[in-house]
Amino acid sequence: MTDFSQGRTNVPMGGSQAPGAQTVSGSRGLEFAEPLIFEMHHEGRTGVDLPDVPVSDARLNGMRRQGPVGLPGLSEPQVVRHYTRLSQKNYGIDSGFYPLGSCTMKHNPRLGEKAARMAGLGDLHPLQPFSTVQGALELVDTLAHWIKTLCGMPAVAMSPAAGAHGELCGMMAIKAAIEDRGEAATRTRVLVPDSAHGTNPATAAACGFSVDSIPANDRGRVDVAALKAKLGPDVAGVMLTNPNTCGLFETEILDIADAVHAAGGYFYCDGANFNAIVGRVRPGDLGIDCMHLNLHKTFATPHGGGGPGAGPTVLSDALAPYAPVPYIVHDAKGLRLVERQADAGEGEKPFGRIKGFHGQMGVFIRALVYMMSHGAEGLLQSSTDAVLNANYLRARLGDVMSVPFDGICMHEVLFDDAFLHDTGVTTLDFAKAMIDEGFHPMTMYFPLVVHGALLMEPTESESKETLDGYVATLRALTERAKAGDVQFFKDAPRLTPRRRLDETTAARKPVLRWTPPVEDNA
Amino acid sequence: MRYLPLTDVDRAKMRAVIGIETDADLYADVPRSALLSQPVDLPGPQGEMEVERAIAALAAKNLSSAKAPSFLGAGAYRHHIPATVDAMIQRGEFLTAYTPYQPEISQGTLQMLFEFQTQVAMLTGMEVANASMYDGATACAEAVLMAGRVTRRHRAVLAGGLHPHYRDVTATSAHFIGFDLVGPDSDPSHPAFAASVIDLIDDNTACVVVQTPDVFGRIIDLRPIAEAAHARGALLVAVTTEILSLGLLESPGAQGADIVAAEGQSLGNPLGFGGPYVGLFATRASLVRQMPGRVAGQTLDVEGQRGWVLTLSTREQHIRREKATSNICTNSGLCALAFSIHAALLGEEGLGRLARINHANARALADRLTTVPGVEVLNESFFNEFTVRLSKPAMDVADALAERGILGGVPVSRLLPERTDLKDLMLVAVTELNTGADMDALANALQEVLS
Repeated sequence: MTDFSQGRTNVPMGGSQAPGAQTVSGSRGLEFAEPLIFEMHHEGRTGVDLPDVPVSDARLNGMRRQGPVGLPGLSEPQVVRHYTRLSQKNYGIDSGFYPLGSCTMKHNPRLGEKAARMAGLGDLHPLQPFSTVQGALELVDTLAHWIKTLCGMPAVAMSPAAGAHGELCGMMAIKAAIEDRGEAATRTRVLVPDSAHGTNPATAAACGFSVDSIPANDRGRVDVAALKAKLGPDVAGVMLTNPNTCGLFETEILDIADAVHAAGGYFYCDGANFNAIVGRVRPGDLGIDCMHLNLHKTFATPHGGGGPGAGPTVLSDALAPYAPVPYIVHDAKGLRLVERQADAGEGEKPFGRIKGFHGQMGVFIRALVYMMSHGAEGLLQSSTDAVLNANYLRARLGDVMSVPFDGICMHEVLFDDAFLHDTGVTTLDFAKAMIDEGFHPMTMYFPLVVHGALLMEPTESESKETLDGYVATLRALTERAKAGDVQFFKDAPRLTPRRRLDETTAARKPVLRWTPPVEDNA
Repeated sequence: MRYLPLTDVDRAKMRAVIGIETDADLYADVPRSALLSQPVDLPGPQGEMEVERAIAALAAKNLSSAKAPSFLGAGAYRHHIPATVDAMIQRGEFLTAYTPYQPEISQGTLQMLFEFQTQVAMLTGMEVANASMYDGATACAEAVLMAGRVTRRHRAVLAGGLHPHYRDVTATSAHFIGFDLVGPDSDPSHPAFAASVIDLIDDNTACVVVQTPDVFGRIIDLRPIAEAAHARGALLVAVTTEILSLGLLESPGAQGADIVAAEGQSLGNPLGFGGPYVGLFATRASLVRQMPGRVAGQTLDVEGQRGWVLTLSTREQHIRREKATSNICTNSGLCALAFSIHAALLGEEGLGRLARINHANARALADRLTTVPGVEVLNESFFNEFTVRLSKPAMDVADALAERGILGGVPVSRLLPERTDLKDLMLVAVTELNTGADMDALANALQEVLS
């Protein structure tokens, strides 16, 4: 843990740098060598001006801190420059095309940022008296209405903090319903397709279910016969992604829903790919019992480098009574929240609570702003454009790359690595070469049902010109790979703040924090 | 539409390339019965001005905590956020990036997370921390599940004084996964807090969960509880909802905690009606492979330059699927960034000063309220929040104060409605943002309301 003998950031140690890239300082033009904040510490510096108020120990129960925390001292200009420089080492949707499959990297409107910071929204305490937050509750209720209408579902649990958290919410609702039926001891198995996101089986396990996987057929869809063969009185439910992770609509989904219900199970749908069908298909019409939405995907709230997201989860009539607290109710005084199971009303059987307070309000505001801006027609046009863009990539790249499943795709297009066969270039190498060309790579090696997957999701935010530029680049790279220029790919990326990083050593000898260098007294 | 670059001409050209005639052809795989024949019944599109006006109208129906003397805490605290924090987190390269799967073009996020992990480890007195969790309550639940994996036991003791939301989130997870929870009722005037917890530890106990300062504001000495837990092979999970307290108080790590689960909202993140916040999670190095959540680690690139990657992913759902340590696949990245920037601005000296100001203000208000008839301050010890017993039900008092434009405190019955014995209690939090005038306003209004 304390292995920190790896030298200063700035000193190039290898000899493989491109000619002219080596500099005295380690910085390269607009790309700065930037130390850790802990290495910038200077005694006596601070980034805040606060008075030094002495306090006695009288009310501290003898627990006053004995040693220093160890935080470094930096002035405000240093802090501003540090984070500005770090930001310049990042690729965001603001920077360029980000066709990361299943992640829906669409434009994030800045109106949402402005709205979330408004006085009366950004500064509300979650436990203010309900009379002082009627506008906030109305906003959440309005967003819930949009979600329920778009999904054709009667209820939505708003508190899940992310997609995986929404999955947890949905599966807990299923388990609660099964417990209520007195079948908790017998319905213990959940069916999950091979192509599912890893969160699906992990979520089922977190709810105490065992997981049984279902294979895909040669059309990239769930093998319905195999699924039906596994249904039985011990099956709690099925977790399916639709459109699925191969970018395809599950054509037999109505049949699947009927079969699951006939067997007494519930139908969970992973809504990660909802962007393909917003305004055109309602999950409620597909026989789905619960589905989470990723507001940070479909409804354009920023991903923030890995969160925060929000994963509201729609519930069918069968599962609605089990929605977790808190939830909004209307009464004579207006809107209020039911925050404890003990306060649930007639017929309500909340399965519990999954998050502190009420949900990701900051994300809700941004999502509602996005929905209101588009309106019903705009949302429909967005999903249509997203699907159009994906199919355009499929059409323009299908002849030089390899498409494992024929036909129209949804909002993302899946390729496998057959087109790289015998070139010595892997999917990873290909992706790294795309980085040097200014593109964020697609999702790689997922789904697992095809070899060396390359999953591209262009979203509706991209212009035809951007797609054409991308296509031209990928066609040229493909040609280069097929021409046998392996080293070009193995060396990529060359033009990035860091080149390929040693992930094996990072995992084997984890260095997860900075520690002060050991003084050399010799 | 301003967010959509494709024009109808573009769309027609693209359909021709694809070899289809209409938009409907894109949805040929969807069963006909499931296709909507007309747009859903929702409002039409609106320009920026109209949307902004509509949201502002909703905001105007709320009482902004910045415009009222505000003393609400109970797990969410109103602190000053330096202007630098909000400016930096809005840089598009941070704001609009995904999880850093491509480390070569994500070094900004990854270095920031590495710094964040270090700051959290330092504050909590632990060896390692992860890249953040959804919030403090979910971090608490994950800590209990982790203790179960580490000890292979399935029973946890939750101390009284654990925030009811944290208790409920933990209990919900525990119920579904088959984990037993025991613990005394929350009681702010319990004479033998440590004993009430220690007596429940047995040889099947995976962990003991203790919050300090607890939901009533009391500062708990974790050391005897840690000792008792360790003697039975159980872990100590320390919880704090006010991370700023660690600028003044001894860290949980120094008191023997094995896992720390905390809410980090107080640094850099606005109240925002309860979220998004940032859960902090720290533990011992020896337990790191059972830790949930994303984590950034240091390594070298092919040129020998220091850099960072997401690491220890063999714990995680995308590799381990149903055997993963948690189903979590994101963190609370941007909130962690805000936390980290605020902590960087504060530094050692600033953090200590801010914590002392909070405590001094809380003491000033506690002294002031003691003089108000009908108010009794229950705490012997506190950081920046304490519990008062009122001569009337606290819910009614809070409503009456709100009518006077004052957010006076959180009634305990808001968190524990079933505990009628606690209905006269109110939690009062004080931060650096509360002025002497705020305190006078609260004291005077309480005097009025309680008389």
